[in-house]
Amino acid sequence: MSDSKAAPTVVFEVLRFHPEKDKAPYLQQYSVPVTRGMTVLEGLTWIKEHIDSTLVWRSSCRMGICGSCGMFINGVPRLACNNQISHLHSDRISVKPLPNFEIIRDLVPDLESLFDRHRSVKPYLIRKDSHEQHHPVGEYFQSHQELINYIQFAYCIKCGLCLAACPTAATSDKFIGPQSLTQAWRYTIDSRDEGAGERAEQLYSSHGVYRCHFAGTCSQVCPKGVDPALAIQLAKKEAFVRAFGIRKQRRAARVAPPVENWVRNRDIPAPPTPTIEKSRA
Amino acid sequence: MKNRLNNRLGLGGWLGGGRYGVDRYAYAFHRLTGLGILAYFIMHIFVTGMRVGGQEEWERTMAFFNAPVFKAGEFLVFLAFIFHAVNGIRLVIVELACGIGRPHVPAYPYTNSTMRQRPFVVAVMILAALLMITGGVDFYFMLN
Amino acid sequence: MRESRLWFWHILSAIVIVFLLGAHMGTMHMNTILNSLGLGSADPVDSVEVFRRSASPVFLVAYIVLLGSALFHGLYGLRSMLFELSLSKSVEKTIGGLCAFAGFALFGYGTYVAIVVYRMHGVQP
Repeated sequence: MSDSKAAPTVVFEVLRFHPEKDKAPYLQQYSVPVTRGMTVLEGLTWIKEHIDSTLVWRSSCRMGICGSCGMFINGVPRLACNNQISHLHSDRISVKPLPNFEIIRDLVPDLESLFDRHRSVKPYLIRKDSHEQHHPVGEYFQSHQELINYIQFAYCIKCGLCLAACPTAATSDKFIGPQSLTQAWRYTIDSRDEGAGERAEQLYSSHGVYRCHFAGTCSQVCPKGVDPALAIQLAKKEAFVRAFGIRKQRRAARVAPPVENWVRNRDIPAPPTPTIEKSRA
Repeated sequence: MKNRLNNRLGLGGWLGGGRYGVDRYAYAFHRLTGLGILAYFIMHIFVTGMRVGGQEEWERTMAFFNAPVFKAGEFLVFLAFIFHAVNGIRLVIVELACGIGRPHVPAYPYTNSTMRQRPFVVAVMILAALLMITGGVDFYFMLN
Repeated sequence: MRESRLWFWHILSAIVIVFLLGAHMGTMHMNTILNSLGLGSADPVDSVEVFRRSASPVFLVAYIVLLGSALFHGLYGLRSMLFELSLSKSVEKTIGGLCAFAGFALFGYGTYVAIVVYRMHGVQP
């Protein structure tokens, strides 16, 4: 856009806090010229480049994959990179750090509590045969429907927006939270997993799924369509039907046996010869 | 190191619906009405316990609670009950994962369980409003 | 899981309450409309009416079931809200204990009242 043509401007109202200088956070305003398709993250970058180099935030991929730039934008937790300024339909853009997390500086929340809770639900496949788990010989069988049961919940990028929107997380530092409960469910429902019993201690604890009352905002703000509220209600339903003995315990997926006497499909060309020698270590 | 600023929203986080949508207000109202009904219910146990003292004791108690301020309070409890009951039926249904959809491969534009059960919320509000109006008419306009 | 069992009772008691308290609220607060349809009584808090109901075995059972369900449902709800306030484990235990104690005490008192009034066999009009 040429300089002669005045670009429309919006006012960014950014929450500032420097832990070594400020006793309390304060709001600072910046006027930002908006170009077509400009995201909130690009607006912040423009401020840093042209007005105030001390403004701090965290971002990385700029395309809604890494989950670093979660912010409280115009009263709703959103990814700054995923939201165009023009789509907010406002000439004032309020940008604050994600609520329910401690503020490290300016717009940088401390996501450590999220990762701690994530770790606590054992977000990995657990097999009863630990030798097989640590020395795998083949893949597990899994049907398409078994994949569909959990794949949505595996899209989580750990951005923390759901926790910022959750009313229970607003008062409770013990609630495991929509993100981690969803991950607990994602592995529990995975047909290859045998760790349901271990995870149930967290999932169905007094700070687990029953502290969710379906306010539904976690699912509304999720930038990846993960739908944590759905996972949590499915976990409640599972416990309910199990308690009344309606559903039986499923058996974990078997390891696929090695394929013998295989013949290459003629339509698939052979791989190219390796350009480097295979390591013999 | 620990010079971090606490940014937990606290009670305002669950009381205020903010810009999140109607479900969030239903959530806050459900809790507030629940607390109100519980407080009334505990008093109600003791008030109806006056029956132990016989007919006269009971009539004296009822005469005392016949004042307009108590009648208005009772009506508020009635309204709270209607909202809590109708919204509660919705919550029992959706918290047992009925009517909120199934897991699928997310494809843009994403859908979510909250929006899939939104028609329930609208139905809840309409039904609650109808019951409240009926109750209000009975309570205040059909005394004789 | 203990919490699961408590929550199931929370849901089951809710279903019981919807019916019983719905009927109670209907007879108490929609009495004029119901009475004009030939149901219920015009003045449900009239003492003769109250003591007549209290002397009926059906009402006795309904009262006690409603009392128990409502106390459990309400106190579990209260405990839920308090458990979401970042309290320490010991405070949470105390709250759980107090809720259980209050529940049993109120249930005992309510049941006592219902049985005493049931045995009065109504009053003279």
